[in-house]
Amino acid sequence: MGFFLETLFGGLMVGMLYSLIAIGFVLIYKASGVFNFAQGAMVLFAALAMARFSEWFPLWFGFQSLILANILAFIAAMAVMVVVAWLIERLALSKLVNQEGITLLMATLGIAYFLDGVGQTIFGNDIYKIDVGMPKEPLMVLQGTFQGGLLLSQEDLVAAAVSAALVVVLAIFFQKTATGRALRAVADDHQAAQSIGIPLKRIWVIVWSVAGFSALVAGVIWGSKLGVQFSLSLVALKALPVVILGGLTSIPGAIIGGLLIGVGEKLSEIYLGPMLGGGIEIWFAYVLALVFLLVRPQGLFGEKIIDRV
Amino acid sequence: MFYRENGQFKSSYRADQQILPITQDRIAMLVLLLAAFVVVPLGVSDYWMRAILTPFLILSLAALGLNILVGYCGQISLGTGAFMAVGAYAAYNFQVRIDGMPLIASLLLGGLCATVIGVLFGIPSLRIKGLYLAVATLAAQFFTDWAFLRIQWFTNNSSSGSVSVAGLNVFGVPIESPVQKYLFCLIFVVVFALLAKNLVRSAIGREWMAMRDMDVAAAVIGIRPVYAKLTAFAVSSFIVGVAGALWGFIHLGAWEPAAFSIDRSFQLLFMVIIGGLGSIMGSFFGAAFIVLLPLFLNQLPGWLGFSISTALASHLETMIFGALIVFFLIVEPHGLARLWSTAKEKLRLWPFPH
Repeated sequence: MGFFLETLFGGLMVGMLYSLIAIGFVLIYKASGVFNFAQGAMVLFAALAMARFSEWFPLWFGFQSLILANILAFIAAMAVMVVVAWLIERLALSKLVNQEGITLLMATLGIAYFLDGVGQTIFGNDIYKIDVGMPKEPLMVLQGTFQGGLLLSQEDLVAAAVSAALVVVLAIFFQKTATGRALRAVADDHQAAQSIGIPLKRIWVIVWSVAGFSALVAGVIWGSKLGVQFSLSLVALKALPVVILGGLTSIPGAIIGGLLIGVGEKLSEIYLGPMLGGGIEIWFAYVLALVFLLVRPQGLFGEKIIDRV
Repeated sequence: MFYRENGQFKSSYRADQQILPITQDRIAMLVLLLAAFVVVPLGVSDYWMRAILTPFLILSLAALGLNILVGYCGQISLGTGAFMAVGAYAAYNFQVRIDGMPLIASLLLGGLCATVIGVLFGIPSLRIKGLYLAVATLAAQFFTDWAFLRIQWFTNNSSSGSVSVAGLNVFGVPIESPVQKYLFCLIFVVVFALLAKNLVRSAIGREWMAMRDMDVAAAVIGIRPVYAKLTAFAVSSFIVGVAGALWGFIHLGAWEPAAFSIDRSFQLLFMVIIGGLGSIMGSFFGAAFIVLLPLFLNQLPGWLGFSISTALASHLETMIFGALIVFFLIVEPHGLARLWSTAKEKLRLWPFPH
């Protein structure tokens, strides 16, 4: 029982991290109707920037404090992400307004490759570490209830708390502010939003900056857990089935999808894996999402798409 | 001037419906085929044959298959590598397990297995489309990556997942030297390109295009979505599967699942986009472009008189690929094939602009 619960909690924590990346996808899709394949590349890019800046700033400006270095690096990385957002809008998206979804999807694929290349050219392609002082040692709880107790990673708990906070902030931003409403209007219909005077260009820069912010948060958390390296951009591929499962337009969907997939992955690896030859984590999420799509094509919380001629 | 079609009248439907209605085109195609079959084997070095032309041919074939699905039927797929892998491993199993299996038969049977898997993973396309489908095809990619690595039966119990073939021959003629491999692939590519070209001109090809342009409207005028989409998946994955089998058997000789990773899928998608969505010729342009670009980028610093590290070169390559994808989507969504046909239009009037 203790082991089962431990696996379950492990899965929930990993799922929370998937959700963090998935939220980036949902944000952009919700606010501009673009399925952003470059989210993984953005996570890697942001994490690389953060890792390198926190290393470089103390050298350049000659101070020692780790906290100061991290804060400055975070701000600088955020600034870089805003510039990236602006450039993406300027150079790619503004020229593809009102194109089909597939064209935009492929454009973001191109952006992903470009960002991967640029990031590694500027920041290098070794394994870097981000040290934001997250507690490393595991936490022992419920020792009285089970034999051996429950081993929880504090890092994961912090990550879960951070993503929960991020979601709350984003929900308020989308529901309560005028910009948030404008974002949702653009998502519904580009042309209609333009015609009532919503500046599409500015909206897109804002959306991509917000997605950059969520990529940065995700990158920092994953990076401090596993180190920043190229495989980080592949973690985003894990977030795709999460979005599909939860529905492309729903932030709660991204969270619940992430948790479901995190838990499903861990439990299936432990209880089904030995029967099937192990390593089924690679495809379990995808096959789960695929089967689910056959039953409910719009995902758990997605909006139903109705075709009219 | 050289490309004038004045006086070339067509007096029958047959003449009107030819693949190449203009005499100059027919001559050009004949010259091209002659060059490919005769001049290249005589005049090109073994290195070029082995390292550039053979991969180019096989990747063109795979891009052709993918183009049928993405370009003609509008079903975006990120799982091409998976179907190539299925083709390659299935052909390997036919070759190893059945005594005296002819090479061509096992390649085609490999393609058939890829068809089955392709249709299987194409079934979700009946309910979902566009973005969702892209993710669904990724499932095929990850699943086959895992299956060929972990399930020992597929690899004839080789522990590392890598397999190899040797002693290939067709009707007693060995396929060993670079020239023989090149010609073998060339024949496959020519036959499949001709078949594909005719297929997309036929009723089924028009159904695919109707499906791509507006699926609901297509259904209204009596095109069965199930049939159109699944045939596109079937034909596409058959061609891709054969290309995968050729890639394993002829180009690599020995391979492991990593040869058909997700990077291969993206690479093929890029070929299709850069070459031209919905164009048979575009698949060849795209493959040529993607095969030659890294070579060119490797040579360029040398020509300009400075050197860059290999790591930087590979990053530059990814950057340039990414930038080119976006560039082509913005400037010329129909890719190099459209540039080619624009050039032909211009040549028709040249040197007078009117």
